[in-house]
Amino acid sequence: MTELPRLPASGGCRDTPILKQRGQREVFCGLTGIIWLHRKMQDAFFLVIGSRTCAHLLQSAAGVMIFAEPRFGTAILEETDLAGLADAQDELDKVVDELLARRPDIKQLFLVGSCPSEVIKLDLSKAAERMTQRHAPSVRVLNFSGSGIETTFTQGEDACLASMVPVLPKTDERQLLLVGALPDVVEEQAIGLLEAMGIGPIKVLPAPRASDDLGVGTGTVYALTQPFLGDTHDALTRRGARHLPAPFPFGDEGTTGWLAAIATEFNVDPALFEKVTAAPRARARKAISQAAETLNGKSVFFFPDSQLEIPLARFLTRECGMDAIEVSAPFIHKGIIGPDLDMLAEGPTISEGQDVDLQLDRARAARPDLTVCGLGLANPLEADGLATKWAIELVFTPVHFYEQAGDLAGLFSRPLRRADLLKLEAP
Amino acid sequence: MKLTVWTYEGPPHVGAMRVATGMTGLHYVLHAPQGDTYADLLFTMIERRNHRPPVTYTTFQARDLGADTANLFKTAAQDAYDRFKPEAIIVGASCTAELIQDDPGGMAETMGLPVPVIPLELPSYQRKENFGADETFFQIVKALARPMERTKQITANLIGPTALGFRHRDDIQEVTALLSDMGISVNVVAPMTSSPSDIARMGAAHFNVLMYPETAETAARWMERELDQPYTRVVPIGVGATRDFIAEVAKITGVVPYMDESRLRLPWYSKSVDSTYLTGKRVFVFGDGTHVLAAARVARDEMGFEVVGMGCYNREMARPVRAMAKDFGLTATITDDYLEVERTIEALQPEMILGTQMERHIGKRLGIPCAVISAPVHVQDFPARYSPQMGIEGANVLFDTWVHPLVMGLEEHLLHMFRDDFEFHDAAGASHHGGHTKPAPQEVADAGGPAPQTPGSISEEKKNTSFGVIWLDDAERELKKIPFFVRGKARRNTETFATERGVAEISVDTLYEAKAHYAR
Repeated sequence: MTELPRLPASGGCRDTPILKQRGQREVFCGLTGIIWLHRKMQDAFFLVIGSRTCAHLLQSAAGVMIFAEPRFGTAILEETDLAGLADAQDELDKVVDELLARRPDIKQLFLVGSCPSEVIKLDLSKAAERMTQRHAPSVRVLNFSGSGIETTFTQGEDACLASMVPVLPKTDERQLLLVGALPDVVEEQAIGLLEAMGIGPIKVLPAPRASDDLGVGTGTVYALTQPFLGDTHDALTRRGARHLPAPFPFGDEGTTGWLAAIATEFNVDPALFEKVTAAPRARARKAISQAAETLNGKSVFFFPDSQLEIPLARFLTRECGMDAIEVSAPFIHKGIIGPDLDMLAEGPTISEGQDVDLQLDRARAARPDLTVCGLGLANPLEADGLATKWAIELVFTPVHFYEQAGDLAGLFSRPLRRADLLKLEAP
Repeated sequence: MKLTVWTYEGPPHVGAMRVATGMTGLHYVLHAPQGDTYADLLFTMIERRNHRPPVTYTTFQARDLGADTANLFKTAAQDAYDRFKPEAIIVGASCTAELIQDDPGGMAETMGLPVPVIPLELPSYQRKENFGADETFFQIVKALARPMERTKQITANLIGPTALGFRHRDDIQEVTALLSDMGISVNVVAPMTSSPSDIARMGAAHFNVLMYPETAETAARWMERELDQPYTRVVPIGVGATRDFIAEVAKITGVVPYMDESRLRLPWYSKSVDSTYLTGKRVFVFGDGTHVLAAARVARDEMGFEVVGMGCYNREMARPVRAMAKDFGLTATITDDYLEVERTIEALQPEMILGTQMERHIGKRLGIPCAVISAPVHVQDFPARYSPQMGIEGANVLFDTWVHPLVMGLEEHLLHMFRDDFEFHDAAGASHHGGHTKPAPQEVADAGGPAPQTPGSISEEKKNTSFGVIWLDDAERELKKIPFFVRGKARRNTETFATERGVAEISVDTLYEAKAHYAR
């Protein structure tokens, strides 16, 4: 019988008071999610209605990945668009007509709201409705907000997926829905494990293509693969689907807990569960233990970034032997992150949002062995002698489930090993 | 509304950040929504800066919009002053804050901060990054610099270098050396390396060296008028321009012109026989106006290339770039539309591109080598080694970096002679490019990343050409024997040749007739 993760004897962090400070937040806006979403949904185009800043952000976040013609772009608002709103809708029609004429391969078009489009109250849902009628049936047009005034970093993916739920066809079929954009290799592993337990049919949101027959209804149960999908969770619940709460599938314990929640729902025989998971679990433990040698006994401090912080702190403290000093997330949604909070032993400061200057003061005073933070802070902290792990890599790299558990631990151990390897100071 | 895929310039407040981040003792309070902080990573990651840019963002959210964003700004400004104690503060708004019209400048002035507060008006929906840098530097100079007694010795200010500038760090050192050789020392380098108190003593210099018109021309003009300081017009990139620059400085100052050529290697390298193969290489030049003007001159006069197209993305420099293009018998491409630049390059089929990181990607896709000569910058544009563009060492660097992407002279012949050798075939590419086999350029469309092929993609090779002529099998096979780095040009020339003569089918004979026709 598989041994399921035990809760800490001293009590978890679910009821730990949350430190909330308001000040400068050093975070990305939700537009950043487009960088990975457009790779995942192969017939979708993401059109940001925004400013030059939005275009510049996407380009900077995409880094060296300049594609000839990516499946995202920005309709840059100009002085004339700001003068009257009626014009802006016409202009948008023109841009979309031009775009769809050039890219007949596009089946889903997302109009993505930005800070400027929201401040001038440009109604993108009205535009999406109009365009859906105009371009039906070949293209479906949806809208969501990726603006910095509404969303933080990974919330962009949440807003995108949530916008897709209301237009999914209704189905009463008993099915499992996996929710969250994962790299294909990881997604296939998860489905493979679940199918080996006899669970099915299994569907995925977002589906790679608009034409994939994905429906939702009261027969649907769903498991989230990412902790930042609060709005999508609510939208699915409204469609009658039922959430399977579980720790997130990071590391051995998280993956086992996550699979177990689904297996229980589908009445999988415990012996079969053990048979399917035993080998990959053993591999995961072995791979983690190698990185854990470096991480054991070291302290870690999380700046808020992707909302993955709490599940990752749970993984690092329980499976890699690290001590968490502070774990902060842009938002803490206890309905989703609760099982991870239960497993994270009491001790670290739990904080939500940030005042970056005050938080930097705390980090510099605590001098953690490893600081997990955004790209804007990493080199300045390294220059202060603090080892860092840039958080964005955790969103761009396959880190979920058993086979990636060692890679996940490795992402954290590498900066520490590197610091040990380098002999650069004068003797 | 304008559909944009990639941008050459960021918004104007990023230009202001480049000025602030290059300076010390200055702080920028930016009224901006959450998310605009992404700009910090340009400096900490691309330029590997070891400190955060001196910028405080108000990071307002939707819930603040109904309430009081103005107070949020005041709190942020006060906290920033208390924490960083700057000598001066610049204040402004990003694109979103511009729309909510809180007037950061006006608010900051009423706060009674004990240091100069310089308000910035940067219209985000009309202008771009270079304008933002130029305007910000101008406002700082206007607010802080005053006429004063000149230094006894002849001195110059070097103006224009900013954070995130293309090789600005090393250009400063090179220009300082050029002046030093003539007995002229540097008073202030600004904005990069200077503090507000340094700006205040800029009036002590005898003249200004305008290194980058993009970021400092407005300030240079103001100082000429208000501080009676002439400024240099020649940007010393390339051998000829460096000599002209020295002559110009001599004329302004009355000092005897002097240039120490002992380290200058470009002229001999360019004359030496190995460089013969550079003769008439067809190059396309694109970037910011300053670097394009300099590079086009070096390409033609110092490398012996043929410039087949040139242009810039910053409209502010359109006039001089158009003028030079006309002088070269060309029409300049003035655009910030990446796809238009790509189409132009595709139509011209140059043998080399002198461009930005964006053109490097175009080149990768089309199989055309590219050397980077201008911003927008990439982490590779901040090499650890000394690598200026200006002055004597700058000329040496240009020679090396422009020649490097090309297939070397003798190697070109060897590839041709042994094209059927199993190891040394043409598809193997140049040995100094890593030695790995790469597919012919028609198939490397995805080299820039795992971009998907889309219907109608221009990279798709069709047997039926865009000219409506058909390649017969023999001719197609013969074409494949031509080394990959000239194959694109050969294909295009042959098709043009055939079309002009109304030939519907290209045979081996057509191919060689075209070759003879275009021989030079």
